[in-house]
Amino acid sequence: MFGYEFYIDPSRCIGCRSCLQACEECETHRGKSMINFDFIERRESITSAAYVCWHCDEPTCAQVCPADAIKKGDDGIVHSSLKPRCIACGNCVTACPFGIPKMMEPEQQMMKCDMCYDRTSAGKRPMCATVCPSQALAYVQPEEIARRKERPTNIFYFGEQKITTKVFMMAPAERDAITLDVVDYMWEEKHELAATIE
Amino acid sequence: MTAARFPSEIPKAEVLFVIGANIGECAPITTDYIWRCRDNGGRLIVADPRMTPITRNADLYLPLRPGTDLALLLGMLHVILRDGLEDREFIHRYTTGFEDVAADAKQWDPRRSAEIAGVPPEAIEKAARWIGKSKRAILMHARGLEHQSKGVENCSAVVNIALATGNIGREGSGPTMITGQGNGQGGREHGQKCDQLPGQRSLADPAARQYVAGVWGIRPEELPQPGYSAQEIMNAIHSGEIKGLLSMCFNPLVSLPDANFTREALSKLEFFGVIDFFMSETAHHADVVLAGSLHEEEDGLGCSAEGRVIHWQKSIDPPGQARRDCDIIIDIAHRLGRGRYFPFKNPADILEELRVASRGGVADYYGITYERVDQQKGIFWPCPDLDHPGTPILFMDKRFYTHDGKAHFNKAEWRPSGDPVNEEYPLYLTTGRVVSQYLSGTQTRRIGALVDQYPEPRAEIHPRLAQQHSINDGDWVTVMTRRDDLTIRAMVVRTIRPDTVFIPYHWAGTRSANRLTHRTLDPRSKIPEFKVSACRIKLAAKPDTSDDDRPAHRNGTSQGCT
Repeated sequence: MFGYEFYIDPSRCIGCRSCLQACEECETHRGKSMINFDFIERRESITSAAYVCWHCDEPTCAQVCPADAIKKGDDGIVHSSLKPRCIACGNCVTACPFGIPKMMEPEQQMMKCDMCYDRTSAGKRPMCATVCPSQALAYVQPEEIARRKERPTNIFYFGEQKITTKVFMMAPAERDAITLDVVDYMWEEKHELAATIE
Repeated sequence: MTAARFPSEIPKAEVLFVIGANIGECAPITTDYIWRCRDNGGRLIVADPRMTPITRNADLYLPLRPGTDLALLLGMLHVILRDGLEDREFIHRYTTGFEDVAADAKQWDPRRSAEIAGVPPEAIEKAARWIGKSKRAILMHARGLEHQSKGVENCSAVVNIALATGNIGREGSGPTMITGQGNGQGGREHGQKCDQLPGQRSLADPAARQYVAGVWGIRPEELPQPGYSAQEIMNAIHSGEIKGLLSMCFNPLVSLPDANFTREALSKLEFFGVIDFFMSETAHHADVVLAGSLHEEEDGLGCSAEGRVIHWQKSIDPPGQARRDCDIIIDIAHRLGRGRYFPFKNPADILEELRVASRGGVADYYGITYERVDQQKGIFWPCPDLDHPGTPILFMDKRFYTHDGKAHFNKAEWRPSGDPVNEEYPLYLTTGRVVSQYLSGTQTRRIGALVDQYPEPRAEIHPRLAQQHSINDGDWVTVMTRRDDLTIRAMVVRTIRPDTVFIPYHWAGTRSANRLTHRTLDPRSKIPEFKVSACRIKLAAKPDTSDDDRPAHRNGTSQGCT
């Protein structure tokens, strides 16, 4: 919309959770964040990741909804369930390959990221991308994202299922195993810890 | 010194060396510029006892022991000089003191540095060579490097590396201190410090005293001599030398080291007045509390960490009987019979005085007005004239703020911490911050969502250390130092050295990390050694918290004051 696209790059996430706070402040769902945030494994690493909905071209959540409560607009945005239709069965929560839909209590309704439809449909950036200090969540023009090291992709494979999405994921140009133990980088002269740096 | 005016310069660097700076949590918006530098092919080196968030993308990580930064930096300088990577022409033309520093660096081969810092000699060599061989290197540091009893030496060692490699006064390079609070940089320029006059002038400099006294319409003799720094003030209160205190937005019970000492000192004051926007723990000790304003409630100029003077626009009025801080100060001046020196109606009038008072100083604001700041979206000092564009990068002309105009190498001599580890206290304690809390927490410990994000301090320890003491993640652990002990929950993570314990300092009372820290000061900067204490730990039972100040959870009952 308006020449802007949404790009997710977990490798830029610093775990500040500004996106959660900003999402919670939205007037359309105040107090409830639609961001999915995780520390990957805090005991082992400081890596964290924040996600919005990928907005699938053929949304699994809508396909499995028995009440036809989940709609995708012509602009590609997949919306929260329609309150009068949603029966809170949780099919969408179980079926989404990205784990995005959230069953809200006590509303008994599935809600999810709608890419700040009130804002993006009027040419404004989504709240999360506005506040993200490391631009792990970025809503920019394709030319700007092309300056990055990583490459955007919107094709995903989940077993046999191929999914294409509106939102792009930044993927590393080359993959390396990541060593996560601080001990691997340390050195002590007469100790069991041998220097392991190449 | 902010020789490299980040963040705009950061993406241009070939190498970023970050030491003692948790940028991801303490200066989050700087992160994107670091990632852009990496997008441009720049390399990131991080030196820190903990893997902080930006370490996830570091090309080289140096997990040094707390308080050993100087050994690491001296080892790096050694390698640069040994391998002939220094910039001979720059050193010759623009600096003095190189020979002395070079002779000292000879004694610091990387193996000696490695033994002290606890990182591989090969990694020290690699960091030094990356910086030495690059055309543009930025060396960034923050409180981790500075909050030590040899913080000035640490900073000098960083500057020495920058000078030796010619990494100053050109694009995408330079030593850079990431100053802290909103106007933390400005506080160093406006004459708020106990030893300064406006424009970064020295209160001990007769010419500066003469000039500023003239601006203020007083005799130079009426100006005091350089006074005490924050910790020295607290020491003098404790010893009975100082009997009255007026403080603004200052919560020393949480933010100064050795909190039990601070509490004793505050109870000795004959008069204690506090200007603050919330009732901090410290304000509870006050005789008079004057409700001040948040920055959203008062208009004014400040200086950002990059040295850019910016406009902080007021968005709401102070509530109830709260008032603008400047009005409170002006009224107190009138009550003290000095009102004629405070003829200000609004912050713009105060800027007019600062423009003249800073004129000719290092941080020259004379060319800065509200109109220009708004038009140019901020102006970098020095800006000596109304038609001067400001100075986005310092020292481009290779003229430095010294009597001979040259940059001076300063020898940085190694010495141990003021609270050394020994058999009784074999571990290092280091303190710092988490992203969802700010400084002493007076503002952030009362915001439900931020409290939920990190409700209470946790002692970060490595699984190897945890195993020695049979501690599991979430267990209660007692951390003991030569001052006091503290019982909090453990957070067992592989992202910290096994000989180091980390506790964030934002809380008060029975959760205050600064009950454990010590009051050793750097002899020149007078900054306490928050980052290095000796400690030991043991598994503990849940403490009695019946008289504790619990956090104000969004779903719980707020205790009112934080």
